Amino acid sequence: MEKFTRHTGVGVPLRRSNVDTDQIIPAVHLKRITRTGFEDALFSAWRADPAFVLNQDAYRNGSVLVAGSDFGTGSSREHAVWALKDYGFRAVLSPRFADIFRGNSGKQGLLAAQVAPEDIELIWKILETRPGTQVTVDLVARTATCDDVVVPIAVDDYTRWRLMEGLDDIGLTLQHADDITAYEASREAWRPRTLPAKHLPVVPVQAARAVSGPTRTR
Amino acid sequence: MAGTLAEKVWQAHVVRRGENGAPDLLYVDLHLVHEVTSPQAFEGLRVAGRPVRRPDLTIATEDHNTPTLDIDRPIADLTSRTQIETLRANAAEFGIRLHSLGDSDQGIVHQVGPQLGLTMPGLTVVCGDSHTSTHGAFGALAFGIGTSEVEHVLATQTLPLAPFRTMAITVDGRLPPGATSKDVILAIIARIGTGGGQGYVLEYRGEAIRALSMEARMTICNMSIEAGARAGMIAPDETTFAYLEGRPHAPEGADWDAAVEYWRTLRSDDDATFDAEVVLAAKDIEPFVTWGTNPGQGLPLSADVPDPAQIADESARVAAQRALEYMGLTPGQPLRSITVDTVFIGSCTNGRIEDLRSVAKVLKGRRKAESVRVLVVPASARVRLQAEAEGLDRIFLDFGAEWRNAGCSMCLGMNPDQLAPGERAASTSNRNFEGRQGKGGRTHLVSPLVAAATAIRGTLSSLADLDLPAGETFDGSPLAPLDPRLLVQV
Repeated sequence: MEKFTRHTGVGVPLRRSNVDTDQIIPAVHLKRITRTGFEDALFSAWRADPAFVLNQDAYRNGSVLVAGSDFGTGSSREHAVWALKDYGFRAVLSPRFADIFRGNSGKQGLLAAQVAPEDIELIWKILETRPGTQVTVDLVARTATCDDVVVPIAVDDYTRWRLMEGLDDIGLTLQHADDITAYEASREAWRPRTLPAKHLPVVPVQAARAVSGPTRTR
Repeated sequence: MAGTLAEKVWQAHVVRRGENGAPDLLYVDLHLVHEVTSPQAFEGLRVAGRPVRRPDLTIATEDHNTPTLDIDRPIADLTSRTQIETLRANAAEFGIRLHSLGDSDQGIVHQVGPQLGLTMPGLTVVCGDSHTSTHGAFGALAFGIGTSEVEHVLATQTLPLAPFRTMAITVDGRLPPGATSKDVILAIIARIGTGGGQGYVLEYRGEAIRALSMEARMTICNMSIEAGARAGMIAPDETTFAYLEGRPHAPEGADWDAAVEYWRTLRSDDDATFDAEVVLAAKDIEPFVTWGTNPGQGLPLSADVPDPAQIADESARVAAQRALEYMGLTPGQPLRSITVDTVFIGSCTNGRIEDLRSVAKVLKGRRKAESVRVLVVPASARVRLQAEAEGLDRIFLDFGAEWRNAGCSMCLGMNPDQLAPGERAASTSNRNFEGRQGKGGRTHLVSPLVAAATAIRGTLSSLADLDLPAGETFDGSPLAPLDPRLLVQV
């Protein structure tokens, strides 16, 4: 994972709360089997609107998203993080993040930094008054700077350390493989195993067919 | 030391305690896999040359992308087909059990685990799907994870997890007739908000929860994530044990006895403290519907569409204005006056046999409203087989509904089952986000009973709106008690 210590880029004001992951990337775009190539899918429904913030020239090349509260709610799709990264975002600031989204961001080197609602409002006003203003997010100093405004950002210590070191979780965990093996030896016999497979008798499943007449199912 | 249910399950799975602010490393008992969030995880293993540590604690099924028609023919959507074929290739390469489309054990991943008896009290269960919270109904600690975490679990069978807080949600008393577990969870989300549960594991308690069947409990835990909580739990009891006993993967003999003895200890101690507590009175819970574009924007069906101007909080007011614009609704309009185009009955929230039974009981002998399209999509192939064994399919077809094969279907519209732009649905699923069921589609979340009444009348309705034949009560109870010994067990 790429290290993250400090980043400066154009700030994008997204004046909306409850931005769920279905808005960040609708389900129809989840069918790729790679981790990249999701940039066009980012906010695809909203980007159809010419007035949407990312369709304005000053914000088009933004890399710091400044959003309302409860960012990333809903579906666990990590594609939401990939789409933000593929588009060019390196950091998202919000008063509150959904738990799964925040976790996914940390795994992918996208900084999800918590900022007080009044500070978000302050940054929004600057970015809206002077579109194209840059925001500097400093993970070492735990601050975000926009013009002459410097506000504190909150990131939990462990995620901050991993981001700054660019560490891969699986590698870290596998250093403790002996602990995992020891734990496995203590597991009770009643705990389930999926193999060998057990199930009820296999019964043929009839394929449903479209009803006659017009159907609005696309 | 006194502990909550969630803390007890957590403590039993700590492989290694985190030091210096690092999270605890937790063991995962059961890992459920589906086609959408797994391809990049398997690719990561391949690139790193890592095997799957415990194929015997892993199970995969095809659900999100699968068509619900013509399942015996090649999948028409090429990208969907590629994703499903990728899962099949990955399962074969890494030695993972897979229930494919057409197999009688295929279905939505959150139905497959419970119906096979793999989901049990006291487990840790994860899946690359936020509705993994469903399995908490058994007293398991179950939560959705992202694809990087899927890869982590495949490689190590563990996850580093930041500590959570605990919230007790107590529903006292008894639910009135016509009110279901779906109405309970929609009322809870409306109360605490879509972010209210963030950072918490919810524990549902109280007389009304205890009285629920396993399937109704799954509906409640399923939507914990809609309140922002990664996990929701219910302490296991006799209802849980009765559901599990005799299922294909349930423990047997001495293992069963040992398991039940342990499971009985899985309850929050009387003197345990929760970080937050919420109490609801069951008697106040009515059939509930959503009017907006997040699951917290809901009201009793008897209410009117809210007026954003009356909402004090600015952020909530702006969100409500935007939601009403998207939904095409007018403040003050009675919710009961809203006409729908489609009724969707299905999903991991409400696509189980009891849901289908309660819907069939209402629909029997009636015809759908002329202008409404009605889709009935069972949560799994076994649920479909069971419904057919009971003759429910005939009731749906005679009513004018479409009877489909199993899968996630219109809940998220990854397959062809989608709303057209501007089309309005009453849906028994879990999310009413903009475009969730199809670009421009408008979703009202409802219980199966409200869905059934709405399919009959064409406008958002409850059982109270139906002309009931003399002597019929329609209290929402299932047609017959669930018999776990039936040929097809669901």
